[in-house]
Amino acid sequence: MSTNLSAPANTLKNSADEPALLAQFEARIAAGETIEPRDWMPEKYRKQLTRMMGQHAHSEIVGMLPEANWLTRAPSLRRKMSLLAKIQDEAGHGLYIYCGAETLGTSREQMYDELLSGKAKYSHIFNYPTLSWADIGCVGWFVDGAAIVNQTTLAKSSYGPYARAMVRICKEENFHKKQGFEICSILANGTAEQKAMIQDAVNRWWWPSLMMFGPSDTDSPNSGELLKWGIKRKSNDELRQRFINLTVPQADAIGVTLPDPDLKLDAESGNWQFGPINWDEFKAVISGDGPCNRERLTAKQTAHAAGAWVRDAALAYAQKHAQ
Amino acid sequence: MSEIIWEVFVQAAGGEPHEHAGSVHAADKEMALQSARDVYARRGKIVNMWVVKASDISSTEPADRPSFFEPGDDKAYRHPSFYAVPRGMKGF
Repeated sequence: MSTNLSAPANTLKNSADEPALLAQFEARIAAGETIEPRDWMPEKYRKQLTRMMGQHAHSEIVGMLPEANWLTRAPSLRRKMSLLAKIQDEAGHGLYIYCGAETLGTSREQMYDELLSGKAKYSHIFNYPTLSWADIGCVGWFVDGAAIVNQTTLAKSSYGPYARAMVRICKEENFHKKQGFEICSILANGTAEQKAMIQDAVNRWWWPSLMMFGPSDTDSPNSGELLKWGIKRKSNDELRQRFINLTVPQADAIGVTLPDPDLKLDAESGNWQFGPINWDEFKAVISGDGPCNRERLTAKQTAHAAGAWVRDAALAYAQKHAQ
Repeated sequence: MSEIIWEVFVQAAGGEPHEHAGSVHAADKEMALQSARDVYARRGKIVNMWVVKASDISSTEPADRPSFFEPGDDKAYRHPSFYAVPRGMKGF
């Protein structure tokens, strides 16, 4: 009757039970119940979640790199401290999600190997370079802003460990967006050179940030299943629209122009209509052909190799002193 | 790399129960505590932290939930609302 927490879940079931188990599972989802690690779940649910959580965790970890790029060149101590704190948070967020993901039966080692080998994806946005200090502001405002919209709804994901990781992340993420927006707002109200710098960053980060929500659901092969099983709760398009609606007035407030001449408020729905997204760019970047893909992967491979002695030493020490 | 998984329990303030925060990978308990602090205590007045090897935690199985916990579900006499006292009585 009792089991050990770290024992693998018994996924072997009589295949004749499958339809009944699936019906029961879907009834639980429909009733808004939370699925926990040792509950029965369809293999596809397990696979989709593992893929999604893995990608999410990888994104947090890789996302540390474009920001670390400006850590030693932050304009003041205050800015350096807050950027360092943000980067530390991203490491922590990645770890929350990896810990949640491994409850599904894939080991940390396997997941991380998939990142390092290039087999696993991570959010395409982190394959863009941070070319100026203003980019750091845009990353906080747009990229973390988009992440907040996404993560707030994922906090109600049907899978317990994922939802709980999201709740934890949401509590910490708001400072990221404010930190970024503060940078943008100060630059936008600064010298002519600063204004030009922030406008240039906005011009480069806006469209890729909209792509973070993924293609329209009709073009997104996984969306149907993810929504049916409550892994995600809102469609890509809904979330993208929410982000745009939130951000347009913010841009207006600080006097930066979003690089979309088609932005127009539809008074009836309250939605900001927007121009066409270049999905060819998204496809290229997500499949390895963005500005920084090779650089990002190399950085992670190098870090992993360089840190091997630390892991080995810790293990050797622990084994030597084991009671 | 055969690191151990440790479950982390965090006490947010004096007198509060320790709450499960998540897990960490670490080679031994000292590193587990340090990692747990770095991952789960970046903010807030955490006063205490436990780490426990996941392999040392025993748990019930979801499939056993009905039979294992059922005796606690249907005993209304364990709740104050089961009992009648005269109206207007203070202290109930």
